[in-house]
Amino acid sequence: MKNIKKPFAGISKNVNVDNRSSKILDSIESAIKNSGLKDGMTISFHHAFRGGDKVLNIVMDVLAKMGYKDLCVASSSLASVHDEIIKHIENGVVTQIYTSGLRSKLGEAVSNGLMEKPVQIHTHGGRVHLIKSGELNIDVAFLGVPCIDRLGNASGYKGRSQCGSLGYAMIDAQYAKHVIAISETLEDYPNMPASISQDQVDSIVMFDEVGDPSKIGEGATRMTTNPKELLLARRTSKVIENSGLFKDGFSIQTGTGGASLATTIFLSEKMKEQGITASFGLGGITGTMVSMLKQGLIKKLLDVQSFDEFAAKSLGENPNHIEISANEYANPSSKGTAIKQLDVVVLSALEIDKDFNVNVITGSKGLLRGASGGHSDTAAEAKLSIIVAPLTRGRIPTIRTRVNTIVTPGDSVDVVVTDQGIAVHPRNVELKKRLIDAGLTIVDIEELHERAINLCGQPTAIKHTDKVVAQIRYRDGSIIDEVKQLLK
Amino acid sequence: MSVLKKSAYAGTLESSDAYIQVSPIEEDDIKIVLESSVKEIYGDAIEELVRETIQDMNVNNVLVNVQDKGALDFVIKARLQAAILRACEMEQPEWEVL
Amino acid sequence: MKLRRSMLFVPGSNTAMVCNAFIYKPDTVMFDLEDSVALSEKDSARLMVFHALNHFVYKDVETAVRVNPLDSPYGLLDLEAVVRAGVDIVRLPKTDTVDDVLEMQAAIEKIENEIGRTKKTKLLAAIESALGVVSAVDIARCSDRLMGIALGAEDFVRDLHTQRTKQGAELMAARSQILLAARAAKIHAFDSIFSDVKDKEGFLAEVNYIKGLGFDGKSLVNPNQISTLHEAFAPSIEDVDWAIEVTEAAKEAQEQGLGVVSLDGRMVDAPIIARAQWTLELAQASGIRRD
Repeated sequence: MKNIKKPFAGISKNVNVDNRSSKILDSIESAIKNSGLKDGMTISFHHAFRGGDKVLNIVMDVLAKMGYKDLCVASSSLASVHDEIIKHIENGVVTQIYTSGLRSKLGEAVSNGLMEKPVQIHTHGGRVHLIKSGELNIDVAFLGVPCIDRLGNASGYKGRSQCGSLGYAMIDAQYAKHVIAISETLEDYPNMPASISQDQVDSIVMFDEVGDPSKIGEGATRMTTNPKELLLARRTSKVIENSGLFKDGFSIQTGTGGASLATTIFLSEKMKEQGITASFGLGGITGTMVSMLKQGLIKKLLDVQSFDEFAAKSLGENPNHIEISANEYANPSSKGTAIKQLDVVVLSALEIDKDFNVNVITGSKGLLRGASGGHSDTAAEAKLSIIVAPLTRGRIPTIRTRVNTIVTPGDSVDVVVTDQGIAVHPRNVELKKRLIDAGLTIVDIEELHERAINLCGQPTAIKHTDKVVAQIRYRDGSIIDEVKQLLK
Repeated sequence: MSVLKKSAYAGTLESSDAYIQVSPIEEDDIKIVLESSVKEIYGDAIEELVRETIQDMNVNNVLVNVQDKGALDFVIKARLQAAILRACEMEQPEWEVL
Repeated sequence: MKLRRSMLFVPGSNTAMVCNAFIYKPDTVMFDLEDSVALSEKDSARLMVFHALNHFVYKDVETAVRVNPLDSPYGLLDLEAVVRAGVDIVRLPKTDTVDDVLEMQAAIEKIENEIGRTKKTKLLAAIESALGVVSAVDIARCSDRLMGIALGAEDFVRDLHTQRTKQGAELMAARSQILLAARAAKIHAFDSIFSDVKDKEGFLAEVNYIKGLGFDGKSLVNPNQISTLHEAFAPSIEDVDWAIEVTEAAKEAQEQGLGVVSLDGRMVDAPIIARAQWTLELAQASGIRRD
């Protein structure tokens, strides 16, 4: 047998004490040079700072200045603050984008044909799948974190720019070839427990600010007083209560709109009345969920994104508030996802059609202005997926003959709750009966559509060219729909 | 035929409302200028509605300026008719026509 | 019997409210052309309400319009518009005397005859002054079109030279008078608005109070108040259980050919049986309250 063991070649003791510290480099330029990034490669960011992010724009400006071209940018999502990237696209610095969401001026520009290559719109779980399957190969990840130590242990639940869960960043930290961590607060070693660990980080750069605290959180979530939202919430709550799933140990995920939050508050009251405790709450965690955790109405919170400072703080303080990665959250090729355990999910919609397909990404004018996010992930796996939306928004009908863009297929939708009626998917015979027995009026979705059109009038179809500007990737990577350029 | 004696307006710029101004013009025509938050999907329908409503009221030689914030048809009609009645200095309309 | 627990007040000049009020399913939608509409907007609001009344969304909900007084430049024009549009109820503001009602009735009749309408538009008299309160009994009895009388607390309290308080002592006399007058004339009695929409406890307390007094319903200024009101007016489980017992006892007595119904050794007479019936109808329509 051949001897494969190497002969002793000397010690590896760290004799140079001064070099013991940091991966901290003096500038982002140095870090980029150090990373081996070349034209045509893929860089990534995460969106835990939402509209308060300061990292992406600064990094893109530096990359542009350094003369990089033809980069693929894979940010787990994009906010309106990232409109600055338009000039980099115009100048050829960025030629491909992978993201969950497109909004604001960037969304408009893409809708009008800004990019040659179609933007890839993925779900939160689907992004992990794209990475694992090899389609999305991240060469360099630029991960903004609220606090870090000199070796790279980083967490999101404390610091001036606290963002709570780093559920999306954790994936990039794991899979990117090279990880540059960017922070504003240097903690003493060891900054643990850490969401991103020292053995995942290649280099560190300190910025003055990685986030704007006033824009990271969505503000204190007081219960809405909007009558329409309250009406929707009351109805949704009644659907959940009578679904057959509302019992001790159930689990729930809701969105963050006024109606969703009010739904959880109405449910809390029923839970107290009936002595029901939820086994877990998932998401997308807000102060409202944290309050339920504190009241003992929910046993555990599984957090992939903390929407406000209450959630961020709770993550750091409460052992029952747990950070999970996007892989544990929703990746269809994961060994185990939280959404597969989920009983109820409450989601919103821009448009719903007669086949119960849902559009959350293009508006009535055909512009890209939303995010795929966890919508189709949760709808597919939750036992009960409820879509909540007003029948009309001003003069814009929510129920259409056919949605502009399919993000979530009707096969994964169970109930549509509007302020002017509730529709149950035809496959849910038993659920429909339960709800009718509970005194709820259930109508056909065709009726809802007719009512919306009678109110608003038949809208003229949006005109498109043949050029595909965005491809909507379903959870498994397949293309479920395409967005075409608007005809001017 | 009702004749406009002056310019007049009705409505507000609030969401779901329409701000409509009508003015008498020389030309034997109904001119419509439309700004609408839902122009792409309802622009044509709104113009047609405005034209029909004015014709039903037996009015001509009018310039109509519509700033629509997503108003339903009946709201547009109500605001338009109010503006026309004000411009014609008519208090009591023929209700069947409206 | 038509439920009239909630009368949602909708200023005729507020487009968003006019377009959305039907969604919240109050028992009655009351469009206002009077005090909540500026003088310069009276004509525009009138047209808005005219069109709303003709719109399909308001065809299957009961509609009312508070018109301007006949002695104002607007009142008659308001009537022309709303009667032609087929409104269910015309609400007279500031009803002080029987003549106020009769004048309004005559004006409405004239229009109905002109347009050949056989459906008789109903009247609701709002009493908003001391004179109106002391005349309440006569007012309540003076017209068979009058379906109810309502208290307009804001103006009334001003007429009394005092202010509104949460406890409502200043309204005690008016509420009693109006309720008694309504019952004597066998028509509905409606209470006034609760304007502090943020004060949910205060609103619920007032609702329970006037419900206890015997009022049929209340004017509301915000859709959020509707569900609270309907829940409070719903009979409790105990009420419903009792009502079932009474109705069954009455049925039994009838089957046995007994002239007198007795329950638990006590005599149960016609008014009580009627009340039990009403309770069951209410429960059917509005659900059962969980106390």
